[in-house]
Amino acid sequence: MTAMASGVLLRVEDLQMHFPGRRGSGGPVRAVDGVGLDVHHGETLGLVGESGCGKSTLGRAIARAYRPTSGRLRYRRTDGGEVDLAALGERALRPYRQEIRMIFQDPFSSLNPRMTLRDIVGEPLKVNRVARGRALQERVAQLLTMVGLRPEHMSRYPHAFSGGQRQRVAIARALALRPRLVIADEAVSALDVSVQAQILNLLARLRAELDLTTLFISHDLSVVRQLCDRVAVMYLGRVVEVAPTDELFARPRHPYTEALLSAVPADHPSRRGGRDRIVLEGDLPDPSDPPPGCPFHTRCPYAASRCATEPPPAVEVEPGRTVACHLADELDLRGAGQAA
Amino acid sequence: MNGEWTPGEADVKEPVLRIRDLRTHIGVDGGVVRAVDGVDLAVGRGETLCLVGESGSGKSVAARSVMRLLVPSARIVTGEILFSREPEDDPVDLARLDPRGPAMRAVRGAGIGMVFQEPMSSLSPVHTVGDQVAEMALTHSAISKREAREQAAQMLDHVGITQPRKRLDDYPFQLSGGMRQRVMIAMALMCNPALLIADEPTTALDVTTQAQILDLLRRIQDEHGMAILFITHDMGVVAEMAERVAVMYLGRVVETGGVTEIFDAPRHPYTRAMLASIPSIGGARGGELPAITGSVPPPLHRPRGCSFHPRCAVAVAGRCDEHAPPRIDLGDGHWMECVHGEESR
Repeated sequence: MTAMASGVLLRVEDLQMHFPGRRGSGGPVRAVDGVGLDVHHGETLGLVGESGCGKSTLGRAIARAYRPTSGRLRYRRTDGGEVDLAALGERALRPYRQEIRMIFQDPFSSLNPRMTLRDIVGEPLKVNRVARGRALQERVAQLLTMVGLRPEHMSRYPHAFSGGQRQRVAIARALALRPRLVIADEAVSALDVSVQAQILNLLARLRAELDLTTLFISHDLSVVRQLCDRVAVMYLGRVVEVAPTDELFARPRHPYTEALLSAVPADHPSRRGGRDRIVLEGDLPDPSDPPPGCPFHTRCPYAASRCATEPPPAVEVEPGRTVACHLADELDLRGAGQAA
Repeated sequence: MNGEWTPGEADVKEPVLRIRDLRTHIGVDGGVVRAVDGVDLAVGRGETLCLVGESGSGKSVAARSVMRLLVPSARIVTGEILFSREPEDDPVDLARLDPRGPAMRAVRGAGIGMVFQEPMSSLSPVHTVGDQVAEMALTHSAISKREAREQAAQMLDHVGITQPRKRLDDYPFQLSGGMRQRVMIAMALMCNPALLIADEPTTALDVTTQAQILDLLRRIQDEHGMAILFITHDMGVVAEMAERVAVMYLGRVVETGGVTEIFDAPRHPYTRAMLASIPSIGGARGGELPAITGSVPPPLHRPRGCSFHPRCAVAVAGRCDEHAPPRIDLGDGHWMECVHGEESR
């Protein structure tokens, strides 16, 4: 096992998360199928891909909502030591559950409608015996203020709040225990555009104020570009490319990233359609029966013969950029908003 | 037909649809929601008009009012919905038709097609794709079952479904989201509509599938020449599809204009703020996004005066919070409802 660089908070190594397949349909669903990924301390790492690519499953496996089928989740403890979260049982995991928290997409279903804001935000503090009584009350008030809500509203129930305000509540709850890693799964996707910008600004401010590390899972590439320092692209259970945000958008190195960027709608009518959009043929293959070789070869416009047989390893093609593609060095791919 | 001026109408050559002062109200616990509260719109033959707005803007209720597919608690209170299938036809006021009557059914089948966001809730789960597409042809023209099935296969092929004859015997659950949306489009096209109403047809789809469906809609519009009323919350989709844009906020169209005008020179404070708050895929990034403060008010608490004034950065106290904004003609089919248009007139 190689040592983790000092800036790495979490190293995901060869992680597999398989679920039992439908009866008679053959193999298990390989939702996450050998993912390697570093999460650096203090960064916001975007995790993008289309539905079914395994990005939510990966997030939940890291939060240990699931027990990974195999692989390691090497996590840097506060004392500088290292622990493999994938190997821990429920009791041993408990201290780390305070340090890794999740924010979900739908603020309407993720908040208990019968609890007041005080209970919703204070519950993690109570359960983990961090605060009680007056101190709890004060901490909740402080958290609500921090996310831009009025502490005097803490006796109200979620239904009294708009979608954006509810997402602020969910963020306050996730931050109550001062986590070291936040996993935000489509945290702004259900919000109207005018409210989405508020929440993105809030997340950016909290990152700076609290020195947060965030895994930001989203299907929305514009949102990821706005918020994230680095981006990992997933396809069919694998991470196919990781790069700093500006470089990924300006100069993708994986054909799937290129296709994804070219599919994003134009930001101005003068740039519509006519950008020689790369239209992917067909649909996502069945994750219980992934194609051999490169998982993307069945839809890749550049696929060569070896792509169908040899799985491409993830290679660091330049410092800080990892790509899993046999042709990474030969292709000259187009970035976002660029003409052919 | 009366000669009253409806904003934007004069700028639309040969309108296929004209909506005048439409008000659709919905009864809920505790009151009446004025979901559509005086909407004027015109869609020209063969053009794409994007009706854009956030949740609660009333854009979908407006579309469903045209199709007369409203929930039982909703009612068209007033207004005209004038539709003419062919340019020489006398317009029919859909607002006056019995929603369940034969005239309205004929419009739905043969005049106006509709595609929804969730194909799974509009397709029957217990009938094959072929039966459902063929049904459209059987209902509206006198042909045999065999001919209808053949037409269905051709239409599936036309909307880009591979191995269409094999797919005829599939059930909707066997198809991907993108394929289901293609089936919906095929059904809407079976009767060669003059107008296609597409209500967030790509919102539930992934971005690469969305690109395929938008390409398909553009292609069939070129080939069939139908008009599209495209309802969306996504300004990216507007940039891709629209010739003209109507921006809705709390039941009213607050600004209308050509798509380039709306993107390059938006005039209504809401349109300007909304466009500014969207993170972009190119150009500058990072830093604070200029967000609109607050959120869309609850439907039963519509603000007095201009309904955007509590969130508006340039609201005039004593004016915008008291009086409804004037409707300002900015020329070239561009108009808005805002007090700030008057100084530039």
